[in-house]
Amino acid sequence: MRLAGFYAFAAAVALLPALFPDNYFVVVIGASAGLNVILAVGLNLLMGYAGQISLGHAAFFGVGAYASAILTTRFGWPSLLALAAGLLAAGLLAWGFARPILRLRGHYLAMATLGFGVIAHVVMVQATHWTGGPDGLAGIPPLNVLGWRVEGDLQWYGVIMAAMLLAVWLSLNLVDSQVGRALRAVHGSEFAAQMMGVDTARAKTQAFVVSALFAAFAGSLFAHQQAFVSPDSFNLAVSVELVTMVVLGGLASTFGAVCGAIALTLLQQGLVVFEDYEMLVHGALLMAVMIFMPQGLFVGLTQAVRRLGSALVGSKPPAAA
Amino acid sequence: MPEQLFQFLVTGITIGSLYALVGLGFALIYNASDVVNFAQGEFVMLGAMTAIALLNAGLPLLVAAVIATLLTVGVGLLLERFAIEPAAGASVVTTIIITIGAAIFLRGVALLLWGKDFHSLKPFSGDAPIQIGGATVLPQSLWVLGVTVVLVALVRAFFNRTLLGKALLACAFNRTAAQAVGINVKVMLRLAYGLSAGLGALAGILIAPITFSSYEAGVMLGLKGFSAAIVGGIGNPMGAVAGGVLLGVLEALGAGLVSSGYKDAIAFLFVLMVLFFEPTGLFGHKASERV
Repeated sequence: MRLAGFYAFAAAVALLPALFPDNYFVVVIGASAGLNVILAVGLNLLMGYAGQISLGHAAFFGVGAYASAILTTRFGWPSLLALAAGLLAAGLLAWGFARPILRLRGHYLAMATLGFGVIAHVVMVQATHWTGGPDGLAGIPPLNVLGWRVEGDLQWYGVIMAAMLLAVWLSLNLVDSQVGRALRAVHGSEFAAQMMGVDTARAKTQAFVVSALFAAFAGSLFAHQQAFVSPDSFNLAVSVELVTMVVLGGLASTFGAVCGAIALTLLQQGLVVFEDYEMLVHGALLMAVMIFMPQGLFVGLTQAVRRLGSALVGSKPPAAA
Repeated sequence: MPEQLFQFLVTGITIGSLYALVGLGFALIYNASDVVNFAQGEFVMLGAMTAIALLNAGLPLLVAAVIATLLTVGVGLLLERFAIEPAAGASVVTTIIITIGAAIFLRGVALLLWGKDFHSLKPFSGDAPIQIGGATVLPQSLWVLGVTVVLVALVRAFFNRTLLGKALLACAFNRTAAQAVGINVKVMLRLAYGLSAGLGALAGILIAPITFSSYEAGVMLGLKGFSAAIVGGIGNPMGAVAGGVLLGVLEALGAGLVSSGYKDAIAFLFVLMVLFFEPTGLFGHKASERV
């Protein structure tokens, strides 16, 4: 029953397009929410469990996207191989970067990761020869999974949802493993974790690399789905959005991150109706949620569902997610 | 070549003064409340944009500058009262997101008021460049330098010589102890926000004639100011000033000698290098961790 929430979530994801056939909103917004879920769940491993902030996570999203874009368009690599190369690149980058920066704490760590993100974005804009510069790279071929070319909104919905469920499942299992427990110990008190024999530097590096891999994976899918990438999708604002998703959902909860990612994706779609007031409303909502619900939306929501559930049937509801 | 270097140095110190003022604002707020205020750059933008709007409405420059600064101070106080105070005791990440939310909100307000266009301010005393050595210096650069020196000196004197300044410092060291000796910590917190909003606004007004201003102008400035405060060791006001000037000079040298497109990358690479070797900044307190 440990994964009951997961199965309920998977069922909901599979049922949605059947309940709303040919619904643009469900399929397209759903796919974009799915990518955000992968990103947020990955970042949550680092922020929520290991307790390390990253304000530059869009960089890894970008590494995955550009690896796929460049390798498939300029070198004709098969898309799965390019995806693997993107994962490798992001993993190595994160591993190399993790050691020196994860010694830093609090605002110094925020600064270092932020700087990393800005540098990566500048490179995407300036290395025109490879990245196409500010105009981006177009004409990325469709994802080809062993001969199956993923085309059309519904197929993409399926692929991204499958990837998302894989990410959520991995995350749920990871946090309950020995590595996950070590990470939580680091979050609680790094010193105490060390005393208990946890190699804290190793645990933090692992969390950083794994969350970078999640991001690069999402990036690769994103590049193929959009068939186009440009630096705007990987700038500081995106990094901030990712952090917001994790915190909005409530740190240190996989379904919290899922919830935060979906909420923020829907919010951004919903805000479009405010037109010129979009920014103003976005900022005000962000402040309000953080001030009045510092524990995040998910905690508040699950409590409400539990109360409702126990009032109705007098026992724990299965679909708490 | 030496003349060129001197030219880069002048440009760097000018822009560095701006970073120094923004960094000083970061340090003041951090000292008083342990919060890194990501809306600091928006104070700079608000100061510049309000001054431009008031000037266009026909007010003389000095009056426009004073009103713009006071209005921004007001915004700083409102931010403290309605966004920071209710979230007292929240985690670092939560406060970071609150101030980022505030920054987005203020940008949204500026977008509604002034649109997406770039606006500029007339230089305070003409734009005929002055030749110093082999370098050309804009009169506005001298304004920036002069006013920055005066402001930094004033802030220093405020902390070292006035009771109010010392009370603020006491809050930075230990809030409980400060409260115990009768300092009103809440008032001090507001003072810090007002002060750093004012510094930000003045920085914005000073630089507006050199760089154009728009509703988004505060984003990069805020980041650079944060970098300055971090390089200097966060919570050390004079460290932030030194960090800002250093950052400005390096950025100008990088833009001139390496590539102007990569200047932001060079600035942040420098910050990363500093953090790799000095994890608490160049002039920061060496942290001893409490268990």
